[in-house]
Amino acid sequence: MSRPDPQHTQLYLDGVSVSFDGFRALNNLSLIIMPGEMRAIIGPNGAGKTTMMDVITGKTRPDRGTILFDGDTDLTQMDEAGIATLGIGRKFQKPTVFESHTVWDNIDLALAGKRGPFASLFHRAGADDDRILAILETIRLSARRHVLAGSLSHGQKQWLEIGMLLAQEPKLLLVDEPVAGMTDAETAETARLLREIAQTRSVVVVEHDMTFVRDLDVKVTVLHEGSVLSDGSLDHVSADPRVIEVYLGR
Amino acid sequence: MQGGILLPRLDRAGLAFGAVALGLAILIPVLNLGIPADSPFHMPPHVVALMGKYLCYALLALSVDLVWGYCGILSLGHGAFFALGGYAMGMYLMRQIGPRGMYGHPTLPDFMVFLNWQELPWYWLGFDHFWFAVLMVLLVPGLLAGLLGWLAFRSRVTGVYLSIITQAMTFALLLAFFRNDMGFGGNNGLTDFKDILGASIQADGTRSALFAASAIALALGFILCRWIVRSKLGRVLVAIRDAESRTRFLGYRVEQYKLLVFVTSACMAGVAGALYVPQVGIINPGEFSPANSIEAVIWVAVGGRGTLIGSVIGAVLVNFGKTLLTNALPEIWLFALGGLFIAVTLFLPRGIVGLWTDYWAKRREKQAASITPHPVTEGP
Repeated sequence: MSRPDPQHTQLYLDGVSVSFDGFRALNNLSLIIMPGEMRAIIGPNGAGKTTMMDVITGKTRPDRGTILFDGDTDLTQMDEAGIATLGIGRKFQKPTVFESHTVWDNIDLALAGKRGPFASLFHRAGADDDRILAILETIRLSARRHVLAGSLSHGQKQWLEIGMLLAQEPKLLLVDEPVAGMTDAETAETARLLREIAQTRSVVVVEHDMTFVRDLDVKVTVLHEGSVLSDGSLDHVSADPRVIEVYLGR
Repeated sequence: MQGGILLPRLDRAGLAFGAVALGLAILIPVLNLGIPADSPFHMPPHVVALMGKYLCYALLALSVDLVWGYCGILSLGHGAFFALGGYAMGMYLMRQIGPRGMYGHPTLPDFMVFLNWQELPWYWLGFDHFWFAVLMVLLVPGLLAGLLGWLAFRSRVTGVYLSIITQAMTFALLLAFFRNDMGFGGNNGLTDFKDILGASIQADGTRSALFAASAIALALGFILCRWIVRSKLGRVLVAIRDAESRTRFLGYRVEQYKLLVFVTSACMAGVAGALYVPQVGIINPGEFSPANSIEAVIWVAVGGRGTLIGSVIGAVLVNFGKTLLTNALPEIWLFALGGLFIAVTLFLPRGIVGLWTDYWAKRREKQAASITPHPVTEGP
């Protein structure tokens, strides 16, 4: 398989390995995401999907391998906050919003801007209201903007978290199981939302729900035991005998 | 909004609190100094000192609430910052005794003469100046909190592990300050103070002035805390408390925020200790006792964590109860305190202030419910 030069990629993983107490969570994983690309990652439990997110976002340090952002920034030497300000947003599997803040304040805290404690202390409210309103419109939560995030429904919390990621203005968005626990209508709405987001940035979606992956209609990568088993269109990978064996064989 | 970048934007709660504190700072001295001793409205000097002590505890509680209530850092070692501030003030007061000590030595405090020391240790130099002592009141607790916080927050020590470290810190300081060769008076601590800023420490006027200073310090501390928690910084602190890793993935360096608020809080506790020592007339290693730090956390829990005003109410009420109970039945105080903590945790998880806000929310709901059916009955 011909590999593009890392120079033009958004995210470049080459030979990344991580072990926990002898268990190889990632095994020589290589993956390339181009600017503006949306990619779905699937794989059975324990395939390394969440660990992959952890090494990209700086939560876990890889034992070996290269991780480059924008073709030249080495992510393995940075911490979570540094990587986040670089332009990588991450959505957790379980919706994680600030429950004792209002919907509005959740977005406000996520807005791209200075992140130091003194900048926050002297920050003046009101300057970014238009941006916050626009994001609330996108995630369909304008009417609930003064409600505490803790009182939102599960699906609304997922959207709020996606809204917070948008407010960060990332170049790359990592989304971990966005539709887990959602109703069918919410799932369809989320697929629409993600496609809309992907128009302006790269998005990596980890998901179990095959209907949802089909709705996204993007290139799919199958992970198994910490490395790439197969990639291509959903129809292509579902026809791959190795994928069928991994999913159905055991 | 304009031009208010550097000046704290005073909100109503901060102003109201400042006004009450200022009122007390005037009223109590007037009741003590301005009213003749045989009048029923006269306030005896020991009551003035007692109330001043409560206000110092309230400032300590406020500092605990800032880190625990808003940033989720359960410090079980804030008593150490309080005691360090107290020792810095105590050292100034010792130097003010001058040659009037029991042994009459021109510079050395009595306990050093007793230990056959020939000269003042280097770390006592400068404490004959009030400004230097004030600087140390802020600097010593601040630096210790900065060092501990930098190590702990950088290594991402959180929750109960952090609580244990802070508790160990205060216990270690307790043991260290008990040693005579530390040069802080060993288990007797520092006492027999004579003057503060040239005024006799026993004089009624000085006691009233110290009370007023405590009330003003508490008000300034409250206004500072309100400013912090109402700013964006305060919202980031709550975000860290509720979802630390989410905050990190949004790009905030959590350890910097924790460090800033922890150091600010330690400095506030140091000021509280510095005002406490001249009013009680002694500082000894017992102030480092782990139980003291835990007691401060209980005041905050009783008043209502994460409300600021609750910590002040809790500190004053619990200490008022302590004064009453330790006079009547001294042996049951600790049981009462423990029982209070359990009762508050079980029945009043949001403290006294939480009870109050719940009551008003319910009343408002009831009122709203009694108004809405009206048009329906009149309609047809």
